[in-house]
Amino acid sequence: MNIVVLVKQVPDTYSERKLSDSDHTLDRESSDAVIDEINERAVEAALQLKEADGDGTTVTVISMGPERATDAVRKALAMGADDAVLLSDDALHGSCAVQTARTLAKVLGTLDGVDLVVTGNESSDGGTSAVPPMLAEILGLPALTHAREIAVDGTTITVRRETDEGVTSLRAELPAVVSVGEKINEPRYPSFKGIMQAKKKPITSLTLADAGVDAGEVGLGNALSQVTGAAPKPPKSGGQKIEDGGDGGAQIAEYLAAEKLI
Amino acid sequence: MAEVLVLVDHFDGDVRKVTYELLTAARALGAPSAVVVGTPGTAGKLADGLKAHGAEKIYVAESEQATEYLAAPEAAVLASLVESVSPAAVLLAASGDGKEIAARLAVRTNSALLSDVVGVGADGVQHSIFGGAFTVDAKGVTDHPVITVRAGSIAIEPTDGAGAEQSVAMPELDPSRQAVVTAREPVVAGDRPELTDASVVVSGGRGMGGAENFGIVEALADSLGAAVGASRAATDAGWYPHQFQVGQTGKTVSPQLYIAAGISGAIQHRAGMQTAKTIIAINKDPEAPIFELADFGLVGDLNTVVPALTEEITKRKG
Repeated sequence: MNIVVLVKQVPDTYSERKLSDSDHTLDRESSDAVIDEINERAVEAALQLKEADGDGTTVTVISMGPERATDAVRKALAMGADDAVLLSDDALHGSCAVQTARTLAKVLGTLDGVDLVVTGNESSDGGTSAVPPMLAEILGLPALTHAREIAVDGTTITVRRETDEGVTSLRAELPAVVSVGEKINEPRYPSFKGIMQAKKKPITSLTLADAGVDAGEVGLGNALSQVTGAAPKPPKSGGQKIEDGGDGGAQIAEYLAAEKLI
Repeated sequence: MAEVLVLVDHFDGDVRKVTYELLTAARALGAPSAVVVGTPGTAGKLADGLKAHGAEKIYVAESEQATEYLAAPEAAVLASLVESVSPAAVLLAASGDGKEIAARLAVRTNSALLSDVVGVGADGVQHSIFGGAFTVDAKGVTDHPVITVRAGSIAIEPTDGAGAEQSVAMPELDPSRQAVVTAREPVVAGDRPELTDASVVVSGGRGMGGAENFGIVEALADSLGAAVGASRAATDAGWYPHQFQVGQTGKTVSPQLYIAAGISGAIQHRAGMQTAKTIIAINKDPEAPIFELADFGLVGDLNTVVPALTEEITKRKG
């Protein structure tokens, strides 16, 4: 089985995230960049499928982003993925979700016989959950999203899907796209050996032309949606802070009553 | 006036409240047309409510296939309507299912996707991103943008609509290319309000010290009719179930009142709650960053303060 995992580098949610003043895109310089945590779970899910399946399975990581997204890719390789493809091209800057999905579909097209595409269900920066179903739509594949459990039996994949609305059981025939949710697994830490091996694993670098994408179809200027303005929310200034003198509970109640909240 | 398609969010014959929010929001862009995709007999149960919230037309696509597959039936029906009526926009709920249908539809109709918006107007939409740290204005540059709207962000305004029903054929779907739904188990609502809908949320964090202490947070929540939340530190430690996690990797809440007990206020947590109208913090560490956000901060031991507050509230409510 050939499994592809999509990973994305995002600003660390533990650092302050900003938008750039000039074009309202993500200011990638202002915060630490890490592999999105949900993508580590996607890699883990792929590795578990590989371990269950034996030697016949390969796990390929695909990422799209600036050069420094190599770090996110290396982390996935250190966890145990076999090889990687990184699409980097300045023309991609500011692409919208539809353009991103179409581009990723082209990159997937450069690989032979992909049986399963594994992604995170929602990135921590964009959070649109759009790319997995979009990819499925473009490639004409079933999408099994928000997976909490995945099982593959022959060419049939079953997923327990969990969203805020409830749990749904899904079944489809491979090839398919699956997106994993927060609760699917606990990703492994790369071992020292894994980190050393990752340095030697092949990373194929692609430009848009290599992937067969016309630069005039991607990027901020050609996006289907446009950001017309962005403003940081004025910081909330702290109010009063008092030391508990033994009647703290009553004081809070007093405040709530004065604010007509109780 | 151009039509605006609104996908009706429903389960088992009941409409979800967000549908009425969508019908209200749609009126800023044109004449709302509700789209019901469901098993035969569904629209009959929903029509009165849709009319009372301004639906001028109700498109009805009823088929046994509607619940057999995930997202694809709704996307197919909406795509065929986009082609036939050229709507000004398509509105859906920014739920798991809504976002998935919207994503498929945007690709199929080559439309802009505006996701998880909190405001809709003739000039564009508003997003609240990075946990409320930035407000962003955006617009689609294509015809019929596909817009998903965050539940709770639009105030419902009922108004009468003509509600003229028109049936729509369910396009054929290739079963071999679909995710087949073999079972559905909707979330069963507990006694407390839903975290993301609640007007008051009481959350506990690392300072709770253990699962056994969450009882005092629950008691305070119940005295206020509030939902219970927890920080990631508390859910990762297994003190409280993950589904109640408030923060970047959990739920985003925007209640009238947020009470944080034993939560230091890491960015991870703040991203999920900093748009709350009033924030109360109880923490024994006077340097905890949560105090930078709190309208009222109490430096003290939550084990005595929280029960005392519960008692005081119960007493005042008589």
